[in-house]
Amino acid sequence: MNTWALARLIAAKDLRVERRSKIVTNQVLPFAGITMISFAFVLDKQSVIDTVAPGLIWLATMFSLLILVQRSFGIETDDGALDAMRVAGVDAGAIFLGKAMALAVQLFVLEAMLFAAAVIFYGESIQSGRSVLAFFNEPMDVNGVEVALTGVTSPGQSPILATVLLVTTMISATCGLAAVGTLYGGLAAGFKGSETLLPLLTIPAVAPVLIGATKAVESAVGTSGAAVSEGWQWVSLLAVFAVAAGVGGALAFGPLIDD
Amino acid sequence: MDAPQPPSSMPLPPTGRANDADGPAHSSPDPVSNAVLDFDDVVAILGQFPALAGVTFQVGRGEIVLLKGPNGAGKTTLLRLCAGLLPVERGTATILGFDLATQRREVRSHVGLLGHQNGLYLDMTVRENVQFWGRTVKASDVEIDQAMVRMGVADRLAEVPVRKLSAGQKRRTALACLVARRAQVWLLDEPHAGLDAVGRDELDATLVEASQAGATIIVASHELERAGSLATRTVEVIGGQVHEVLDS
Repeated sequence: MNTWALARLIAAKDLRVERRSKIVTNQVLPFAGITMISFAFVLDKQSVIDTVAPGLIWLATMFSLLILVQRSFGIETDDGALDAMRVAGVDAGAIFLGKAMALAVQLFVLEAMLFAAAVIFYGESIQSGRSVLAFFNEPMDVNGVEVALTGVTSPGQSPILATVLLVTTMISATCGLAAVGTLYGGLAAGFKGSETLLPLLTIPAVAPVLIGATKAVESAVGTSGAAVSEGWQWVSLLAVFAVAAGVGGALAFGPLIDD
Repeated sequence: MDAPQPPSSMPLPPTGRANDADGPAHSSPDPVSNAVLDFDDVVAILGQFPALAGVTFQVGRGEIVLLKGPNGAGKTTLLRLCAGLLPVERGTATILGFDLATQRREVRSHVGLLGHQNGLYLDMTVRENVQFWGRTVKASDVEIDQAMVRMGVADRLAEVPVRKLSAGQKRRTALACLVARRAQVWLLDEPHAGLDAVGRDELDATLVEASQAGATIIVASHELERAGSLATRTVEVIGGQVHEVLDS
C-alpha cells in the first residue's frame, strides 16, 4: 500500500474513533468555548478585547491543539496500537501524514467554532470584523444586542479579499499546527509524563504560527486599521512553516517513534 | 521503500492458505532444513548491556516454540529482535529469508508481535479493527472475514466495540488482526496473561490451528505447564543465552 493510501486509511480510522467516542464534541469544543469566555471575563474592557481578539482565538486554538494531540496519541497508546503499527512495518511517514490529516480536520472545525464564538462572545469586537462579515448585509440580533455586520472596516477594503485571507490563514495555520502537534505528539507518546512534556515541546515550536496567524487575522478583520494586503506576507510565512513542518515531520517521525 | 521479494522457499501466509500448506507441520517440524528463523551466534545490546549474548537456534515452519526462562533472561528481547525492533550487533540472523542486520524494517510486515497489549482501538468494533489491520496490507474483504471466522470473532462479536470485550475476546481479536495482515511468524509474549481458564483454552486451540495452517509461533511464557503442552519444542533462555533445547 502506498504512503498516501495508508495515510488516508489512518486518517479515516482516527476520525471514526473520534466520531464514535465524541471526545472532541463533548469535551474539546466546550473547553475551547470556555477558554474564549474566560478571556472575555479576564480582559473585561471591550477596547482591549477588540485589540487582542485575533490573538485570543489562536491562543484558544493552541490550548485545544494540545488536548487534541494528547487524544490523538492516547487512542494509539491505550492498547499499544502505535507499537503494533511500528512492529507491523506500517510506513512511519504514512502514520504521520494520516494522523496530521485527521488532526487538521478536527482543528479546522474547532477554529471555525472559535471564530463564531469570537463573534458571539466578544460582542463589539466584531465591529472590527465587519469586513469579513460584510457578505451578510443583515444586522444580527445576539442576546438582544443588535450587532451590525454590514459595511467595511476600512474604506476600499474588499470583504471578499478579507474572507479569502481569513480562510487561507486558517488553512495554512491549521496545517502547520497539525504537523507540529503530530510530530511532538508522537515523540512525547514514547515517554513517561507525556502530558507535561507535550506542551513544553509544542508551545515554543508553534510560536511562529501563533504570531503569523494572529497578524494575518488582524489584517483580515481590520484590527487597529490593518489592511488586508498586509496579511498575505504572514500567510506566506504560515505556508512555508506548514510545508517545512509537514516534510520534516514525515521524514523525522520514523526515527522518532522507532528509537 | 518496498520490501524485497521473499525467497521462493518462503512459507505461504496462514490466512486462507491452509490448503496450500504441506500438511500439518505442527506434528513433524524440521527446524534445520525448513528454517523460518535461523540465528547463529547472535548478540543484541540494550543500552550498554548485552541482552542476548551469542544465541544460536533455528525454528522451522509450523513449529510452536516455547521460550522459557527467568525474568530478565532475554526472552522478550529475543522476540523483539525477531520482530526487527532491535539491531543485531554480531552474528547472523535471518527470518523468512530477510537478514535482520540489514533488512529489519522489511521483515516487520511479515511477522506479528503480540505483547502484553493487543494493539487494538478500543472505540472501534472488532470488525473495524480487523479491517483496519487487514487494509494495511490490502487484504480483501474475504480474507478479513476468514480471519475473523478463524479466530471466532465473526458472529455476535463482530460489531461489538473492543472496549466491551473480555480479555480473551480481545486476545482473539488481536490474533485475527495478525491473520488479516498475513503475519507468517507470530511472536507472543506471555499470551496467557490476564486470561481466565476458558480464554486460555480458546487461545491454545487458536494457536494450534494457526500452526497447522502454516504459521510459525514463538511463545515466551512463564506458564510452562500450559505453554509446554502446546509447544512442539522448548528453548530455555538464561542470561541472554540459549542454554538448552528440550524436546517437548
